[in-house]
Amino acid sequence: MAATAAHGHHHKESFITKYIFSQDHKMIGKQFLVTAIIMAVVAVILSVLFRIQLGWPGESNSALSFFLGDKWAPGGVLDRGMYLGLVTIHGTIMVFFVLTGGLSGTFSNILIPLQCGARDMASGLLNMISYWLFFISSCLMLYGLFVETGPAGGGWTVYPPLSIYEEATPSSGTGMTIWLLSMTIFVASSLLGSLNYIVTVLNMRTKGMKMTRLPLTIWAFFITAVIGVLSFPVLVSCVVLMLMDRTLGTSFYINDAIEGGEILEQSGGSPLLFEHLFWFLGHPEVYIVLLPALGLTSEIVSTNSRKPIFGYRAMIGSILAIAFLSFIVWGHHMFITGMNPFLGGVFVFTTLLIAIPSAVKAFNYITTLWKGNIKYTPAMLFSVGLVSSFITGGVTGIILADSALDIAVHDTYFVVAHFHVVMGLSAIFGMFAGVYHWFPKMYGRMMNSRMGMVHFWLTLVSAYGVFFPMHFVGIGGAPRRYYDYSVYETFDVNQFEMIMDLNVVISIFAIIGAIAQAIFIFNFFYSARRGPIAVQNPWKGNTLEWTAPVEHIHGNWPGEVPEVFRWPYDYSKPGMEEDFCPQTVPLMEGEEEH
Amino acid sequence: MGIKLIVLVVIVLAVIAVAQIMRVYELSSKLKGHREEDVDLKANNLNAGLFLVFLAVFFGSFFWMLAVYGNGLNPPAASEHGQDVDWLFNINWAIVFTVFLSTNFLLFFFAYKYSYNPDRKAFYFPHDNKLEMIWTIIPAAALAVIIILGLMTWNSITGKPSDDAVIVEIYAKQFDFTARYSGDDNKLGYADYKLVNGTNPLGVITEENIETRLAEIDETIENNQTKLDAFHSDTGEVTMSAVTELKLQREIEKMGRIRMRIEKMQRSFTEDSVNIFDYANDDFMTKITLFMVKDQEYQFVFRSQDVIHSAYFPHFRAQMNCVPGMRTTLKFKPIFTTQEMKEMTGNPDFEYILLCNKICGASHYNMNMPVYVGTQEEFDAWVDGENNVTPIIAPATEETTNNSVEEGNEEAGADESESNTDDSENGPEA
Repeated sequence: MAATAAHGHHHKESFITKYIFSQDHKMIGKQFLVTAIIMAVVAVILSVLFRIQLGWPGESNSALSFFLGDKWAPGGVLDRGMYLGLVTIHGTIMVFFVLTGGLSGTFSNILIPLQCGARDMASGLLNMISYWLFFISSCLMLYGLFVETGPAGGGWTVYPPLSIYEEATPSSGTGMTIWLLSMTIFVASSLLGSLNYIVTVLNMRTKGMKMTRLPLTIWAFFITAVIGVLSFPVLVSCVVLMLMDRTLGTSFYINDAIEGGEILEQSGGSPLLFEHLFWFLGHPEVYIVLLPALGLTSEIVSTNSRKPIFGYRAMIGSILAIAFLSFIVWGHHMFITGMNPFLGGVFVFTTLLIAIPSAVKAFNYITTLWKGNIKYTPAMLFSVGLVSSFITGGVTGIILADSALDIAVHDTYFVVAHFHVVMGLSAIFGMFAGVYHWFPKMYGRMMNSRMGMVHFWLTLVSAYGVFFPMHFVGIGGAPRRYYDYSVYETFDVNQFEMIMDLNVVISIFAIIGAIAQAIFIFNFFYSARRGPIAVQNPWKGNTLEWTAPVEHIHGNWPGEVPEVFRWPYDYSKPGMEEDFCPQTVPLMEGEEEH
Repeated sequence: MGIKLIVLVVIVLAVIAVAQIMRVYELSSKLKGHREEDVDLKANNLNAGLFLVFLAVFFGSFFWMLAVYGNGLNPPAASEHGQDVDWLFNINWAIVFTVFLSTNFLLFFFAYKYSYNPDRKAFYFPHDNKLEMIWTIIPAAALAVIIILGLMTWNSITGKPSDDAVIVEIYAKQFDFTARYSGDDNKLGYADYKLVNGTNPLGVITEENIETRLAEIDETIENNQTKLDAFHSDTGEVTMSAVTELKLQREIEKMGRIRMRIEKMQRSFTEDSVNIFDYANDDFMTKITLFMVKDQEYQFVFRSQDVIHSAYFPHFRAQMNCVPGMRTTLKFKPIFTTQEMKEMTGNPDFEYILLCNKICGASHYNMNMPVYVGTQEEFDAWVDGENNVTPIIAPATEETTNNSVEEGNEEAGADESESNTDDSENGPEA
């Protein structure tokens, strides 16, 4: 350790090794964050474009012709194939590039060494490669938007055979190939990152940092990485088999089909095999997205309530239980695929079990607020928002997990509402909270809190404004991925009017919400350069990162890495002068740990 | 171009303006000695109060939407099991609403009530085993109820159909559905994708269909061969790129292999003692309307030609994917005729519908089939009506269209006494 410390001071870094091919975890974390923000902006613009079509179907819109031109929006009306392309790429970018790469990549990188008390990640080189693979896959994914036949348009779940044959739909040509390549590279990036996180958490904690003294952020990142390592390789096999079906004429996912009038020889495979493999990753992926956000929130809620997080061990237990259960529930995405109904029944049981640890987490957050002394920093506002969306989205999961009910609402807007609230909103709120809270650590400057507050309230209201009415559209049976709902006019005018009315409301809120993000983007980039200089411990937190100097130095701490004597949640402990007590403060005589 | 430039300039100017305002704000904060991380009590209380306002608006709009759009304006479930599903929905809603309202209330209320006060110290409350036990056991108990009721309903929905269930096939392709009724013998004729062509859109296996298809394949091969030969004959009249040549060559080989597979299938049939071609004799199909008889249970068999589709009957609370190369099944019993539903909903234009609910290409949103539920008499009249249904076996003469269907029924029906749904669902190559 001492050798590393000495190593930190004597070699000057060039611009390239410091800012581009950096192996420093703090810089890599920031690189992930900025890349994710750019990807998120693209994904949000895509969503606004298709929301315009859904809100005002068939009407000419200058925003559509501005962004998509004459080819994909002839006369300012969105092309039907491009509509599906927008939906697909929006979903892929948000789930993988923003909420997996962006969220885990940013905060695991920045916080794991700092909160564990390590000089850097176990392997700086792998960490750097992880980022650059992420960068390449991001570029590829964006490039896919510009190919002649359009981006991949089979939905983000890319079910075969639709996504295998160009004959089935034109977007399954080059656009799909690029999608598959991008995802393969993305998984490689994610695996390198995850392995690094696991090794660092297990091996490189500072003296006194027992596993039961780790902040819940680290627990969440650690378990997320474990889930990632166990599930992402399955996605690779899934994607590679599909590439082979597309290029080598194999038939892993094909059986007796005719595509675009052309009879295929392939037989003996099964589209259901793809679904099983995809969702074996796809469901744990939900928790890969969600757990880091919950981890960040645990830390922020506790710090800003000036109160220990309630039920620290129960929180760890819940994370472990959720992680385990997440691997045996994937079948609930496939209740109506023709899978054996008995197997479906088993998945109903395992899926609903997840509600128990989730409920424990929600109640623990609420109890943490109870009798607290809450400071509303923007981070805290978003954390409260997260708990709300986690509950609101979580309870509708009970409906969808029940196969007998799922059969009525499967693949409708009810599902879209459910996963956007529970996974999308919660994770993005957690990410915002994390950025506001650790911005001083990342850039040594403060973000403007007034702007943060405006950003929060606009975001919260528009987020619920978008996704709450969707539940009603969905429970009425409106299928997702429909270009428009004119078919309803032919059989039920009442429902048609409801869908049209609510779609306008949803689209308006979506546009407000998207514009509100400009406040954040501005605040972020402005404060990174010109914001007021931060103090070392602005939020009066207990965790180790606030003992490190504001200026980033290679190796994180000048001199020795601090030793840890207590858990990170000694806020407002009776018998103490201050309402916080950093982990580095030795236990007082006769003091019980917690 | 001009508009784009103006938009760009406006955005840049707006950003600069906001940056200047920020600068002013920061300087004034500096003068007042206010730091960004300091708690501004006024702002803090404002946020706390806003949480309470948000709670009121949130719940208010929830109840308003529930009153206006409750249940998504869904008409009552029109199938027997759909009634159970709706009942189960209601029980689940009761639990879900309770949790949603109470926890969101507590969250926002605490967020309001415990706003920062410099004179107060937060209550140090790291854990409480009893409390944690309570909120593990209560959800577990509620979930036990949900799981047990859910699985009971699920089992009855997916259980074996009754013996008198009428078998109907729903065949999906981009972008329409075809319904094939099994006729009087209640058995669907076997089908195979290799036999699909213009005259046999569902690929139903009959001796004649096999012969036609083989002849068609021979013709394709011959045509391609002629083109190739013309090229190779060195007359110089036909020009062809190497790619096209290769493509033709491959096409010939591929169709040859498909031909072999069809012949193999043909042999396996003729060796069979039972003449299974008869199953198809009384089958008839339609693209116009899926006509069902009230109070009659239906066993649907779903197939797809190209990609995964999903047959979604929102009014019957029923849905099943149509997967290429697979047969999936689902049963339900309609309990209200379309006419009755029109009266119940007070909507004279109401119709049932079958929607595609799995992304299947650009026209996915346009893939559907009208559904009509009527009485047995209406159904018989509809079948006899002109152009409503097409028999699978082309009639000998045009005048006897309907009769030949019925005669075929009787012959085939006499052979089959056992009522096995499984056998008739498995294709010969499965």
